[in-house]
Amino acid sequence: MATWANRHKTIERNVTLLAVLALITVAVGGIVEIAPLFWIQSTVERVEGVRPYTPLELAGRDIYIREGCYSCHSQMIRPFRDEVERYGHYSLAAESMYDHPFQWGSERTGPDLARVGGRYSDEWHVQHLKDPRAVVPESIMPPYAFLADRELDVSNIGAHLKALRRVGVPYSDEDIAKADEDLKLQASADGDAAALAKRYPKAQVRDFDGNPGKLTEMDALVAYLQGLGTQVDFHAAAAREEQK
Amino acid sequence: MDDISLVSRAGLWGALALIAFGASVAAVDQGFAVHMAICAGAGLLMAFLSLHRIGVAPTVERLDRYYDEVIRWGVIATVFWGVIGFLVGIVIASQLTFPLLNLHSEFSTFGRLRPLHTSAVIFAFGGNALIATSFYVVQRTCRARLAFPALARFVFWGYQLFIILAATGYVMGVTEGREYAEPEWYVDLWLTIVWLAYLAVFIGTIVRRSEPHIYVANWFYLGFIITVAMLHVVNNLSMPVSLVGSKSYSAFSGVQDALTQWWYGHNAVGFFLTAGFLGMMYYFVPKQAERPIYSYRLSIVHFWSLIFLYIWAGPHHLHYTALPDWAQTLGMVFSVMLWMPSWGGMINGLMTLNGAWDKIRTDPIIRMMVFALAFYGMSTFEGPMMSVKSVNSLSHYTNWTIGHVHSGALGWNGMITFGAIYYMVPRLWARERLYSLRMVNWHFWCATLGIVLYASSMWVAGITQGLMWREYGDDGYLVYSFAEVVAALHPYYLIRTLGGLLYFTGAVFMVWNVWMTVRGKLRGEPPLATAAFDPSRDRPLLPTTSTSPPPSEPAPDRPLEPVAA
Repeated sequence: MATWANRHKTIERNVTLLAVLALITVAVGGIVEIAPLFWIQSTVERVEGVRPYTPLELAGRDIYIREGCYSCHSQMIRPFRDEVERYGHYSLAAESMYDHPFQWGSERTGPDLARVGGRYSDEWHVQHLKDPRAVVPESIMPPYAFLADRELDVSNIGAHLKALRRVGVPYSDEDIAKADEDLKLQASADGDAAALAKRYPKAQVRDFDGNPGKLTEMDALVAYLQGLGTQVDFHAAAAREEQK
Repeated sequence: MDDISLVSRAGLWGALALIAFGASVAAVDQGFAVHMAICAGAGLLMAFLSLHRIGVAPTVERLDRYYDEVIRWGVIATVFWGVIGFLVGIVIASQLTFPLLNLHSEFSTFGRLRPLHTSAVIFAFGGNALIATSFYVVQRTCRARLAFPALARFVFWGYQLFIILAATGYVMGVTEGREYAEPEWYVDLWLTIVWLAYLAVFIGTIVRRSEPHIYVANWFYLGFIITVAMLHVVNNLSMPVSLVGSKSYSAFSGVQDALTQWWYGHNAVGFFLTAGFLGMMYYFVPKQAERPIYSYRLSIVHFWSLIFLYIWAGPHHLHYTALPDWAQTLGMVFSVMLWMPSWGGMINGLMTLNGAWDKIRTDPIIRMMVFALAFYGMSTFEGPMMSVKSVNSLSHYTNWTIGHVHSGALGWNGMITFGAIYYMVPRLWARERLYSLRMVNWHFWCATLGIVLYASSMWVAGITQGLMWREYGDDGYLVYSFAEVVAALHPYYLIRTLGGLLYFTGAVFMVWNVWMTVRGKLRGEPPLATAAFDPSRDRPLLPTTSTSPPPSEPAPDRPLEPVAA
């Protein structure tokens, strides 16, 4: 016993040695746990339907992050009976593969939003965001009425797509070049949905905030929420009875 | 310093201010413009202060004294940010109780104020406490003056700039959206510079030491500084959209991003709030108790095992998510193992009181420190328990986690910091003693009651939530809607707010006490405890019957006298 304590005296008399050994000691855990996630193929299994966000959805997602929605809402359904029945199919790794940063969250002060897309009408979302207690009396969510009044800043959405492409999101040159156009198209009442769907399958095209004359932050946020969890078709993978 | 280098220093700050001003004008968003204007203001202030010193005879550095100037500022900053952080905590707790308090303004919503609260208490209150105490401890345990005093001042003021940029950013909605790492890319870069300067000052002082051994408190401080640098840099790797804009996107996505974030997030707890504060404990507990550390060997074992194991525990924040199972299990196993080194630290601290346990009764500062260690032990047991997957399936996403964090933060970090502040303040300002020891006692009881209300209400709330969410009726359907569970939590949110208010009240006593001590006042008060003394009985027993007690003294206290024959 005394010997190793004596040997430790070498370390505690030499600050360089102490610092280097401490750094090595704390580096091991991260290297063993995190690094393999980048190499092991099965970490993120490819799933049909997962695509990058449309420019409008991305703008909505930026608002979601700006307002700190992740403080209270998770986007990660765990594989438990009650969660699957309450929120829908459990979340797959691939569904957040284009999320920079991830928004899985850590608290459910409010409900999980991973599959909130399509569950409520646009009108419900707008009403709820403006005055949550008007539609859910028990709610303790802050009101976000200002989103409906504020015009969406669309000046450089292309630059956002470009930054995301640099960290690995497969936006094409065409996506980036047409980002402005795509954004406005998706939020307009009579846009050409088919054109957008070619590059962004299942993209929903309409006026989201009930105010067709104005492209607001509410449009973007509702577009993002209505798209959440809708990219993967879980019915296609559901078990079916064999034909007799 | 000579005038020429002062001029060039002023020129450097002026140039930085100019660059910041240019960036502010060219900014693509308002948040970035405001932030760069703040930086430009700070740069101009520094340039002005440098020019102001030209021609002024340089103050003679008192090499026979420790460099405590920056520590005095650090103590004031700790107290100041603590009060701000607690106050914002009360505000957001009240918002969850009464949502009307979100006030219909985008700047006062829970979503924007919540990171303000977490960062104010962890990084502003805790960070300033760590920087100030580490500078205090490293000088005294190395018997050496702080290396690079000017750099130490830069660390302190640079860190305050980081806090101000982070805090104003949250309110304006400038955030990376990563919990406890919300500041945007340019604020992260600035913190990296400040942090490396901090490392240089700390190591520089150790290199200059007069003692052959590096004291154990410094191992913990060093481990904390190095690890936080590693975590901060890796977790904040991101791609700015524009070099003159605030927005950036994380370098990683989805699963990888989640684990990187919680590797960081958990070790912000493990190193910022544990290793660093253990450094504090290893100096201030033995000093206040006037006893040596219980076990030297235990400190070696627990230091290396703590820093090794903590890093692995991050995945327990991601149980049952899309993170691969092997990583979850690894995280759980290491979290459970972590229980042992954590308790090693607690035992080493508590047993240091061997032979001085009576001080818990007589010295409220020691009582705070012991209470801190007790809460450290409790929350480091609770943590491993919650990291077990089956427990976590209930506790995750609920307020139980909030209760757990606060029993650690309020009980361990808060109390040990208060103890260290009460220890340092009279010494730093060369006062005879604190303004009032009784006020420390009031602080202690307010804080303790506050923690009890806070932690117990959140435990009950968390378990209630977890059970209600998963409750099935006989018909095979979920019994409660989500909104019903929200409504059920209202009384607990209210109790939590009251607990926070009590904790805050305690901190107000501290502000008053510290302020009066700094001003050199002493509160006239009876000492907290002394052995009973009665002057009337302080006399010899007389063998004869002749004397009677002096008429001024009360009869019942008369010493027993032999009965006259």
